[in-house]
Amino acid sequence: MSNYLKLIVLGVLTIFFMIAANFARDLAYQVHAVILMLVTAGLFLFTLRQTDEPQPAPITGEYFDSVIRAGVIATAFWGVVGFLAGTFIAFQLAFPVLNFDWSEGLANFGRLRPLHTSAVIFAFGGNALLCTSFYVVQRTSAARLWGGNLAWFVFWGYQLFIVLAATGYLLGGTQSKEYAEPEWYIDLWLTIVWVAYLAVFLGTVINRKERHIYVANWFFLAFIVTVAMLHVVNNLTIPVSIWGSKSVIVWPGVQDAMVQWWYGHNAVGFFLTAGFLGMMYYFIPKQADRPVFSYKLSIIHFWALIFIYIWAGPHHLHYTALPDWASTLGMVFSVVLWMPSWGGMINGLMTLSGAWDKLRTDPVLRMLVISVGFYGMSTFEGPMMSIRAVNSLSHYTDWTIGHVHSGALGWNGMITFGCLYYLVPVLWKRERLYSLGLVSWHFWLATIGIVLYAASMWVTGIMEGLMWREVDANGFLVWSFADTVGAKLPMYVMRGLGGVLYLTGSLIMCYNLIMTVRRAPAKEASLSVAVPAE
Amino acid sequence: METYSLLRQFADSWMLLFLFTFFFGVVVWAFRPGASKLYEDTANIPFRHADKPAAGEASQPEAQK
Repeated sequence: MSNYLKLIVLGVLTIFFMIAANFARDLAYQVHAVILMLVTAGLFLFTLRQTDEPQPAPITGEYFDSVIRAGVIATAFWGVVGFLAGTFIAFQLAFPVLNFDWSEGLANFGRLRPLHTSAVIFAFGGNALLCTSFYVVQRTSAARLWGGNLAWFVFWGYQLFIVLAATGYLLGGTQSKEYAEPEWYIDLWLTIVWVAYLAVFLGTVINRKERHIYVANWFFLAFIVTVAMLHVVNNLTIPVSIWGSKSVIVWPGVQDAMVQWWYGHNAVGFFLTAGFLGMMYYFIPKQADRPVFSYKLSIIHFWALIFIYIWAGPHHLHYTALPDWASTLGMVFSVVLWMPSWGGMINGLMTLSGAWDKLRTDPVLRMLVISVGFYGMSTFEGPMMSIRAVNSLSHYTDWTIGHVHSGALGWNGMITFGCLYYLVPVLWKRERLYSLGLVSWHFWLATIGIVLYAASMWVTGIMEGLMWREVDANGFLVWSFADTVGAKLPMYVMRGLGGVLYLTGSLIMCYNLIMTVRRAPAKEASLSVAVPAE
Repeated sequence: METYSLLRQFADSWMLLFLFTFFFGVVVWAFRPGASKLYEDTANIPFRHADKPAAGEASQPEAQK
């Protein structure tokens, strides 16, 4: 019966998107209308073929892993896309000739840069969070994912969001808010998907068979809820027309800037930190085969982190029209944030106490541990850069980009790679990874890549900050902007090479994971033996 | 009183007090007597049910048995 309702809705939507494609006021909107028309029409046919067919009985008694397998593939795929885009735009900055004439307005730096940031943060990081949160919440609640195929809706809905966002950026559809570039209708779609995600996650937690909610789930839940709140408040826009991309934000002037960086910093704090800490609190204990160092510390870590992170946003707006008290507040909370960050880092690292020898033999654990190391490094650097005096040197320079990448490549990237290496043999029921040697290659290529990246950005960032502020005896600025650009070339080339190393490592990972699925011995023994019900 | 001043006054007084009390309550709660034993069990959750969901009644946490 519900299929008939679905068919009606999908049919109406298909016609609506046809009309939208016809009336479209700009190219990005028109292309999106066509994409959505094809998607809804395809879903219409898919639903039609299933209508009035016998349905397989709902599965119970085992975990819902197929959607997690899809998430693992999507994570690896979008990771490579994002790293490739990043490496290419790094060379575009070093060699402007790579902004080809024929690709102006489509693949020049300005169009590709948001594609890169969104691909790595939301496509790579987002899919990593989706699949690990679905994996962890089931194992720590001892319950199957709630909502049946709703998890598939979340997965495919999120991929649709990524495709719409990415094609929009290339065609110039952006509302010019950093890390929140998608236009109003894509924001609405993401809101629907996110509510479904919350329902699946929370439904599973409510169905749990364990008395306590394991700490990783607290972090995942904080990430889901806070991102929903940030996304809605930062995207409160009024469309100019329902047939076009353009919309107008309801916040005026400096308040809009403050809302944007409240969003922007908490996207770092909750998307890239809280969610990934959820991964840390499950996968490091699993890989090290020991429980977390201190569960009490993990509780204090959680509450301290979410109580403090939410205030740190104003440090992005030092020396602007933002009132001084707000920027001081942001600075103070950013410095205080150092404590919960390092508390969490210590908790992750000390989980290995008594098992440090495993680092010599287990490159996957090494990857997870170095990610926590990079987390500690970048959460030390961040509070320091939020101090107004330091910020006056570092802001608008490449130091910021170096800081972001030591966090993103080091912390988010490395912990995701570690989780993928853990998940693939488990999800495809393989005895082990295809090659631990290749994991070591990936580890060293990625680590050296990050070191090249961060070191070159420190040098060029501090150099250009000092050049911008240098005045001669008469009070005139010594350097023009173009002088700083010229002076940065060697560091830009080195940064690009760091990116090449990191990208190579991720390709080696993809090869290793594919070969694990295809060649590694299957884990048969434990499957064929019937396990008595507990 | 205009909205800004009203909210600002509330944020500077009662909300601040509430947030501080809540946070220190959490810290004290984490260190309550008997917590260590309980948390040892909780910390071991990842090492149970790795392959299959728990059998038996749905939504029946141990506490209610």
